[in-house]
Amino acid sequence: MNLKCTLYNKTFEFSSVKEVLAKANEPKSGDTLAGVASNSAEERMAAKLVLSELTVKDLRENPSVPYEEDEVTRIIQDDLDMEQYEKFKGMTIGELRDWVLSYNTTSEMILAASKGFTSEVIAGVAKLMGNLDLMYGANKIEVHAHCNTTIGGRGVFASRLQPNHPTDNLRGVTSSLFEGLSYACGDAVLGLNPAIDTVNSTTDVLKLLYDVRTKYEIPTQICVLSHISTQMKAAQAGAPIDLCFQSIAGSEKALRSFGTGAGMLGDALQMMTELAKSEGPDYMYFETGQASELSSSSHFDTDQQTMESRCYGLARHYHPFLVNTVVGFMGPEYLYDGKQVIRAALEDVFCGKMHGLPMGCDCCYTNHMQADQSDMDNLITIMAAAGCTYVMGLPQGDDVMLMYQSTGFHDSQTVREMLGLHPIREFEQWAEKMGILENGRLTSRAGDLTIFR
Amino acid sequence: MSRAFTLSGKTDILGCNLTAIPMQEFSERDSDENKEVYEQYKKATPARVGIGHTGPRYHTAAALRFQADQYSAANAVQMEVPESVVKKLGLFEIQTRCSSKYEMLTRPDLGRLFSEETKKIISERCVHEPDVQIFIGDGLCSPAVEANVPTMYPAICAALEYEGISVGTPFFVRYCRVNTVRTVAELLHPKVTCVLIGERPGMLTSQSMSAYMAYNARYDMLESDYTVVANISSVGMPPAEAAANIADIIKAMPEQKTSGYGLKY
Repeated sequence: MNLKCTLYNKTFEFSSVKEVLAKANEPKSGDTLAGVASNSAEERMAAKLVLSELTVKDLRENPSVPYEEDEVTRIIQDDLDMEQYEKFKGMTIGELRDWVLSYNTTSEMILAASKGFTSEVIAGVAKLMGNLDLMYGANKIEVHAHCNTTIGGRGVFASRLQPNHPTDNLRGVTSSLFEGLSYACGDAVLGLNPAIDTVNSTTDVLKLLYDVRTKYEIPTQICVLSHISTQMKAAQAGAPIDLCFQSIAGSEKALRSFGTGAGMLGDALQMMTELAKSEGPDYMYFETGQASELSSSSHFDTDQQTMESRCYGLARHYHPFLVNTVVGFMGPEYLYDGKQVIRAALEDVFCGKMHGLPMGCDCCYTNHMQADQSDMDNLITIMAAAGCTYVMGLPQGDDVMLMYQSTGFHDSQTVREMLGLHPIREFEQWAEKMGILENGRLTSRAGDLTIFR
Repeated sequence: MSRAFTLSGKTDILGCNLTAIPMQEFSERDSDENKEVYEQYKKATPARVGIGHTGPRYHTAAALRFQADQYSAANAVQMEVPESVVKKLGLFEIQTRCSSKYEMLTRPDLGRLFSEETKKIISERCVHEPDVQIFIGDGLCSPAVEANVPTMYPAICAALEYEGISVGTPFFVRYCRVNTVRTVAELLHPKVTCVLIGERPGMLTSQSMSAYMAYNARYDMLESDYTVVANISSVGMPPAEAAANIADIIKAMPEQKTSGYGLKY
């Protein structure tokens, strides 16, 4: 394993695979905060060169967190398809990047092979890619998952309807819910982030979402994104549940800071197979986002993009229906501006799809970042071009509870029209039946929330 | 073409002080069909619903209002809590190791630490080992302090003291991040530590506050050991109601000897 490289007539030497991965990363304020970023553009290039010559085996044998200390590493390593791993272990990361992008490599071939790659291997490939490489690679991979409907596949660009309200007021939630449905939004999920994380409140909102889904015969799924233990208690007490949600992270210690762990996620999936109102077999919904590990001091001196990739290694263990990065939610100390947010979103969607996940993206920013809505206009279009599975739909992109901005009901429809994309087929047919969509466009009836009452 | 943009029929976009119109009143709609139902839906949420579309895009007034609101929220992040407000609240002021807003935004690690000199001031001016230590921080939104603390802080104290719970010496922390709780707890050793801190501003309000509370807070505690009351503002959870909730939670912590996900209240 060669960790030394001569470039610009200088010799750069790195002490570990972890250091190479971190310093090969594109600039992120979070890596600087963590003290793991490259010291110069020259050093970053040297790290990328060294990384391109490391093998699949080198990265597998040097996980970011030791196997003995971390359940996420254990899940990633123990889940490896050893037959695939043996086939690819001698390939360098640079050769693997070429292989992924080659005309001779199909989506099926990538999805079969990636079962033999650890999350560090996949993160490494992303670090050698420019933005258009990431878009092309992610777009190429077709992933499907099934809950009540089938998400993913070519030409489908789905959206989660996020009807948040500052106090979970049911009438207020209903307003945003009907508004979104009237724009043909919500084919991925009708999913609320609760302001109040209690069993009672979760149950009340689940009932509301379930009533709307069944009353209007909407082919979709519902979810309340409270803590996983809250949802489990609600479901066990009889609340209607289609998808079980949890925020996840790339180390056991970071998961603990979210009040969860691999065991609890497994219990939830088991419970869902017994109690869910939905068809399955894919019952889980995970959200991630670069730097959640750093923010809880559980990153083990690893860069944030590599830790994020490990989230997907954990996620695939539970064959989720939805996984999305909430890419710009964490703040400027981790992703400073619109450029860093867009880069991170592309890395996340590529790495997620490489892991075989139906990867979506909450294209978002906070008001303390150097970013604005135009950056999100760019990002949602880039995401659609990259074959991102779904995005968020909020009333004009403004979240009145979580205090950040994402993408609006209008935005996913605009992008669908421009790029010839569609909602999930059954949902699109429902919207046509409701008189909301016609030939892929909004009708004059669309956007009138009073058609539901 | 849709022109009307308030429910009361106001259309003077230049004279109406656009961003001051509550979202519940802001409307761009082509027809008067089902007017009553529409107005009920509008009144139920401050979210940007019922704004229509031209092609798949927003009408002009809605698009411009969004930009105007976003600018105002981004601006609130950069504002400082005036010294006069700190004085009026009867608090003494200290500062974290951050020396500017920019440093606070990019270095959360410094936003939880104090210089040796500041630690000495805290130690000398505050009661040690109270049942609960409450302090105020600017966080990501300075206007939240003046908007909520004058109502909230005295109400929390009154509710706790009525229950015989002792409240420590309050103070104000400039360039404060949530995890200052850990540092303060290590200095004063209260049973419960609570910071009332400005939240990241949203477009709906630039005056929103959170309370982060922890039982037996320590430097190496987990994030999940915090219990949080969020969205405290005139448009979210009103400060008086929040005060009652916060007092109930603080009271429950020493009884159950825990905080975070394990706490029942």
